Amino acid sequence: MSSPRWDIVVVGGGPAGIAAAVRAAETGASVLLVDDNPSLGGQIWRGAEDNSSLRVARSWRERLKRSPAQVLRGFRIFDQPVPGVLLAESAESVREIPHSRLIICTGGRECFLPFPGWTLPNVMGAGGLEAMVKSGVPVAGKSVVVAGTGPLLLPVAAYLRKRGARVRLIAEQASRAAMLRFATAFASQPQKGVQAIGLMWQLVGVPYRLGCWPVEAKGAGKVRAVVLQQGGRRFEVECDYLACGFHLVPNTELAALLGCELRDGAVWVDDAQQTSVPNVYCAGEPTGIGGVDLALVEGQIAALAATDKPREAQQLHQLRARHRAFAAALQRAFALREELRKLPCPDTLLCRCEDVTFHRVAKCQSWREAKLHTRCGMGPCQGRVCGAAVEFLLRWNIESVRPPLFEVRVESIAIELTVGPTPQVSQGAEG
Amino acid sequence: MRQTFDVAIVGAGIVGAACALECAQAELKVAIIESSIVGGGATAAAMGHIVAMDDSEAQFSLTRFSQQLWNTLRTELPREVEFELTGTIWVAADEDEMSAVRNKNRYFTSRGVPAEVLDAAALKQAEPNLRPGLVGALLVPEDSVIYPPTAARWLAERAQQCGASLVRGKAIRLRGGSVEIADGTAISSSLVVNATGAWAPELTPGLEIRKRKGHLVITDRYSGFLRHQLVELGYLKSAHSVTSDSCAFNVQPRATGQILIGSSRQYGAEHSAIDHKIVAGMLARACEYMPALGKMAAVRCWTGFRAATPDKLPLIGPSVTDQKIWLATGHEGLGITTSLGTAKLLVDQIVGRRSAIPIEPYLPARGSREHVYA
Repeated sequence: MSSPRWDIVVVGGGPAGIAAAVRAAETGASVLLVDDNPSLGGQIWRGAEDNSSLRVARSWRERLKRSPAQVLRGFRIFDQPVPGVLLAESAESVREIPHSRLIICTGGRECFLPFPGWTLPNVMGAGGLEAMVKSGVPVAGKSVVVAGTGPLLLPVAAYLRKRGARVRLIAEQASRAAMLRFATAFASQPQKGVQAIGLMWQLVGVPYRLGCWPVEAKGAGKVRAVVLQQGGRRFEVECDYLACGFHLVPNTELAALLGCELRDGAVWVDDAQQTSVPNVYCAGEPTGIGGVDLALVEGQIAALAATDKPREAQQLHQLRARHRAFAAALQRAFALREELRKLPCPDTLLCRCEDVTFHRVAKCQSWREAKLHTRCGMGPCQGRVCGAAVEFLLRWNIESVRPPLFEVRVESIAIELTVGPTPQVSQGAEG
Repeated sequence: MRQTFDVAIVGAGIVGAACALECAQAELKVAIIESSIVGGGATAAAMGHIVAMDDSEAQFSLTRFSQQLWNTLRTELPREVEFELTGTIWVAADEDEMSAVRNKNRYFTSRGVPAEVLDAAALKQAEPNLRPGLVGALLVPEDSVIYPPTAARWLAERAQQCGASLVRGKAIRLRGGSVEIADGTAISSSLVVNATGAWAPELTPGLEIRKRKGHLVITDRYSGFLRHQLVELGYLKSAHSVTSDSCAFNVQPRATGQILIGSSRQYGAEHSAIDHKIVAGMLARACEYMPALGKMAAVRCWTGFRAATPDKLPLIGPSVTDQKIWLATGHEGLGITTSLGTAKLLVDQIVGRRSAIPIEPYLPARGSREHVYA
């Protein structure tokens, strides 16, 4: 049985993907939105019953429901066997997804830097701990230290506190000076200022230290305390959980597999959100970490451009420019400090999947050499955790994406295709 | 002051690295020139089997000789080389293949290679996850597998400890007496050895070596699922075919518990991208033989290029056109096995030693009409 060829396939059902699917479907194009999770929303909107952008999320979800866009949940895209056809796997089956145009909205993921003790149980990604609590693990009465960098530390801390955790400290590595410069960016974005103030209110009484970062997790069997550094001083804080996050990194793997050009670790796009590969568009975090508001605008522009509505897309350019300026200020403010490159000790594990220490990897000349000679990044996570860390710690270029993008069943790769590559699509001429 | 070497080896794949070590141990002053990563080319893409093969008498002598060299080296290999004495089981699906099994058995045992014919029940016991209905098999217990990139690195490091120099740079021209590097420098050396695998013709034009593309897939860890390297007898049909694309069932248990699934052969495919049709066919074949593989998690696919000669034997010795430019290439799918034997035969010729096996079948000058253009 042959599958229909979709006009537009959107990969990723976070804010960018939902906005893209809605706007594309509203033009009359046939649209399929594919997400790897059973429920849409991405990292930011999924299960977000108390998220500050709840109203925005709800209105986009409702608009999606009213639109003729089809949604395929619980399917992960793992390969493009021929141009214009993607393969997606679910827990039970595999599907071919033929399309004329593609919009990649694969979001971002938390960056985690290794330091001594980071592999102790109960040292977790900040987003990871939040997700775990959302799925029902109780933290009431537990001492938690939230550490790292980026705008997501505050909402995570606020959420954990709401669930009864005793948040002992929020340690933000960015300096006071950098944060003050950033605060001026709020001036042009009053709505974001309000959100921030709201969060601070929820966190009244929680120490928030700037220029402070974790250097070691201590404990036997599980974390008992974290050693933090601030200025030249080191001090210890006891905790049951250490939630760490060093901002986000773009998920560029699918774009890279398709041959899209990357610059500075993000997918390069033109004004229309089109990548270097014709008929492949990209929006949201993969083009550079920028947050929900930028993702929503980029998703819409990509959809309008991909459905040959360039004039309507252009109307959103100004708004995008404003959100991009804010995103750039955010990136500058939360840029990782030099000292963090020295976080791991020689015998600190860098690659958890394959048990590779930092020093074995640092001896190599490149990421590929490290992979071949130490197996770093060759495990089930395919380097998604250690790759981002290595990019920062050793300033290496992390290249070479290979299918499958995720672990998939052997039989899923072994399927015989029923559809051929997309015939060449002519570029839209309107406008 | 510019250094002058006795031997400059271009290419630090497993063959180049083995040659460098053998040269250094013969007290030759040797440089090994690598443009990228030691063991990063076909060596990294290879399955890593050390096998006795009986395609031809010459192939048998070189593979068996090399296998014995590996077995001697075995105790010295560091853990990360992941040497595993898995043995090979040649699986027969029908009576025709079973008679091939018996021939193979006679061939091996008459030449001192331990082998054992397994009937269907013994095969089932040896590898319970094979599909029912197979007729039997030949077990060759002295075959083994290694993880090739670390083996190449270990050989190169040992060569360096014995005085070899590792030069990082891309060789762009070979002359009798020197190697020109892309950065404008030159390495001066009495002999130059082209050990660049499938890329050898770029540096030694006229070599009749073709790229023969292969695909491999590796799974997550499933310790104990597979115990031996398994190869279908049909593999011979695949490997023998000189023209068309082919796939054959070939799986290996790795020291990590992962299962490496091969193998495919393609001519005329110059691009390293994965060809879905080939991979799908290869995996479907593997699942026919071991149905439970289908539900296992595949972690990675990759491709590599074998250096194929018309008579399926490597080129070891002085090139036909220039006696100062030597060759150590053309190992097709057996470079990991035959790297050590190649190194011995190469250095035997350089220093005028008597070789343990006849050298003639591998000389580049053999029937030069057939093997070299121009």
